[in-house]
Amino acid sequence: MTDNAALDVPWMEVNGELCKGCQLCLAVCPKSVIAISEKLNSASYHPAYYTGADCTGCGLCFYACPEPGAIRVTKP
Amino acid sequence: MKTYEKSAGFFPVFERKTGPAKEATHYCPGCGHGNVHKMIAEALEEFGLIGRSVFVSPVGCSVFGYYYFNCGNFQAAHGRAPAVATAVKRTNPDSIVISYQGDGDLAAIGTAETIHAANRGENICVFFVNNAIYGMTGGQMAPTTMIGQRSTTTPQGRLETVHGNPIRMAEMLATLPAPTYIERVAIGDSKHIMKARKAIRKALKIQAEGKGYSFVEIVSACPTGWKMDPVHARDWLLEDMLKVFPLGVFKDESDSRDENSWHRRYDAYEPAVVDEYLDRLKSTLGEAEPVALENDLHCKFAGFGGQGILTLGLLLSQIGMRAGQHVSWFPAYGPEMRGGTANCSVNLCGSRIGTPLVENPNVLVVMNQPSLDAFADQVTDGGVIIVDTTIVEGRPDAKRLRPVLIPATAIADEVGMAKIANVVVLGALVAATGCFPRAFCEDTLRAAIKKRSLVDMNIDAFGRGYDFVKNAR
Amino acid sequence: MARQFMKGNDAIVVGALAAGCRAYYGYPITPASEIAHAAALHFPALGGVFIQAESEVAAMNMVYGSAGMGVRTMTASSSPGFSLKQEGLSYAAGAELPCVVVNIVRGGPGLGNIAPEQGDYFQITKGGGHGNYRLIALAPNGAQEMCDLTMHAFELADKYRNPACIMADGITGQMMEVVEIPKAQPRTWDHSSWCVDGTPATAGNLVSSIILEPEELEAHNLKLEAKYQRITADEVMFEKYAVDDADLVVVAYGVVSRIVYSTVDQARAEGLKVGLLRPITLWPFPSAAIAALCGTAKSFLAVELSTGQMVEDVRLAVEGRKPVHFYGRCGGVVPGGDELLAEYRRVLGGGSR
Repeated sequence: MTDNAALDVPWMEVNGELCKGCQLCLAVCPKSVIAISEKLNSASYHPAYYTGADCTGCGLCFYACPEPGAIRVTKP
Repeated sequence: MKTYEKSAGFFPVFERKTGPAKEATHYCPGCGHGNVHKMIAEALEEFGLIGRSVFVSPVGCSVFGYYYFNCGNFQAAHGRAPAVATAVKRTNPDSIVISYQGDGDLAAIGTAETIHAANRGENICVFFVNNAIYGMTGGQMAPTTMIGQRSTTTPQGRLETVHGNPIRMAEMLATLPAPTYIERVAIGDSKHIMKARKAIRKALKIQAEGKGYSFVEIVSACPTGWKMDPVHARDWLLEDMLKVFPLGVFKDESDSRDENSWHRRYDAYEPAVVDEYLDRLKSTLGEAEPVALENDLHCKFAGFGGQGILTLGLLLSQIGMRAGQHVSWFPAYGPEMRGGTANCSVNLCGSRIGTPLVENPNVLVVMNQPSLDAFADQVTDGGVIIVDTTIVEGRPDAKRLRPVLIPATAIADEVGMAKIANVVVLGALVAATGCFPRAFCEDTLRAAIKKRSLVDMNIDAFGRGYDFVKNAR
Repeated sequence: MARQFMKGNDAIVVGALAAGCRAYYGYPITPASEIAHAAALHFPALGGVFIQAESEVAAMNMVYGSAGMGVRTMTASSSPGFSLKQEGLSYAAGAELPCVVVNIVRGGPGLGNIAPEQGDYFQITKGGGHGNYRLIALAPNGAQEMCDLTMHAFELADKYRNPACIMADGITGQMMEVVEIPKAQPRTWDHSSWCVDGTPATAGNLVSSIILEPEELEAHNLKLEAKYQRITADEVMFEKYAVDDADLVVVAYGVVSRIVYSTVDQARAEGLKVGLLRPITLWPFPSAAIAALCGTAKSFLAVELSTGQMVEDVRLAVEGRKPVHFYGRCGGVVPGGDELLAEYRRVLGGGSR
């Protein structure tokens, strides 16, 4: 994360413990920069994660995500 | 820098939530409630409304709204959130009140509360999450369930002829004049979601500006109830649900209404103000020295409706009150009154009154024949029975009773108004029983008769009744 | 002395205003409608709230809303309407919200009629809604008490954070008597520790009756029960007339107590040692006062405008130590004094119904 901040580019992050793996964020991401982990979180969901590049900081995934604390998007 | 993150409109940790996961909601994966919650919380924070907001949770999946929203919270009975929200808003018009409801709560069990809060134009926001199913209770048919949709109570699918049609609340409420803003939005694709966000913000703004009632219906997925994965649920919503529940603004008068035009007054309790007000309710008969009452009077007055029977009782009662006596007045009430006959019981006593019902009067006034027939036998031996001989043909038993036969209606007619026969009778009663001095009664009448122009006529009528009895002796 | 000649129903509103009640929610029903009429006149004039609700259910839930705001609030109805308020009463009891609910009881069951009855005694004193809860229940028998006990009901409701009920009959509601208008009482209550009033100070509070965990809900119920025990110990009200040497203690409340009162002296004049014990609180019931008379009284007679409801509480208080008789009329029929005297003679003569 600090890398993105240092690079001064937008990024999104998923709290893997709060994500319920509904994949709605994937469905709305215009750049397809979100993927689903093969690992299970402690609530037995496959959480989403940021693939690491090309996030535009549009925030659509944030509003598509039903969980208040699961997604955070930063647009410098 | 712009950051999209969990709003301060939410509690940082959901301490009220049961179980270990205190930072995640209790909602199922892909449930639209979370999206709507986020939009509300964000708006409350950005508009600076958190501190004075009251979130009313319904019964349904969002029953636990109070786990999440970092403001004052109510939990309401099923369907009653708009009634609770109404009262909250009315007793603090500066609060920001949200009635958050699902389809079963809002459009089935709470239909009446929904319609009437809207019809009163309560200055609140109703956020209606329509996901076409009862989620919390186990996937039963909702009022918004689609034709053909299977649920645990429509196992073969909803049939129009059996279960009725999905109900369109936004359209229905938009027929009412009072609501300010009614829109249907969806948690569907990104465009829909951002429109939903806009609508929620707009509704809260309308309330904060005192412009009245807003209703935002949010078509939303219930993947668990629909037995679909979240992405398929979203697609079904987009392809099927929106055909039945078209999106759009059904009413918007937010621009044409003035700020605070729907802000209602509420004053907190001030004992001094109440005291001043209550003082105006007190008797205007004026103070008088107590007047002794030799014998307790237990009176029954009976006649036709319109003869002033009840008023006769009230006038005697007021004389009694001013004299410092114990007084009770009880009317026959309800349909018997409307049936054209009237009667009332009046007790005037020097000490505490027992039964307010007069079974065996020592004073009976009859102003029609049926009353004579019905009540004469009940009068105690030696009791006074006053008969308006203009109207009543029969005569009471003069051996057992003390009849006062007076053409009260005819006398009243001479005085100028047949309708004040009751006051003629009052004069006769006072003379016959000697209960209170004439002047005292007349003074009381002057104060008791509201219409100033009628005072003299009433005093005249009273005097004629009084003299009639005195002269007859 | 500020007095006025007024209906019992109007006196309720005067008492409510003097108690600082600020919000009235109601629905029309005979013979309670005058309460709504008076409230519609006076509450808005004083900057308070009057709403004619869409239903009794909504009215009661509005009361829930204002009570949760920490505001003194009330509703009033008559029997069929009171039935509809049971949902909200249960929620208010569960959420521990102080409020006052008036029931001007009429004839039942069902639509019944609009004549006076006391057939709602069970519903008021034994629950009515779902769950373990109690209503504080006061039974005025005249216009002055309609006023004064309404004020007292607000006090008790606040003191115990519980709904309080005024149970009166159609006669006590419709009858006019001289009422001394009380002084508005000082604002002594502060509910900021639990209410939600739309200010930052109370934003951390929650008004709710939902408690998911069985152990927690049990604890909540036990807390409520302890409260009800305290009310039972401290808040019983009753009136005695000529009971200390009475062979027959007549137990009656509301308008019936007035009728009985009228008969006591008559009965004694013919040598029947009759006395009256009038419960003013129907819940908590004056069981101890009745039990204490078991030593002197030969028997008890409950007189009600019902087929026999309060009599069960009298029997529970007497615990079989003395015979407990019952005399009731219902459907709007009110017993006359002669009728009661005949009953006293029968009971004291050893007969039993």
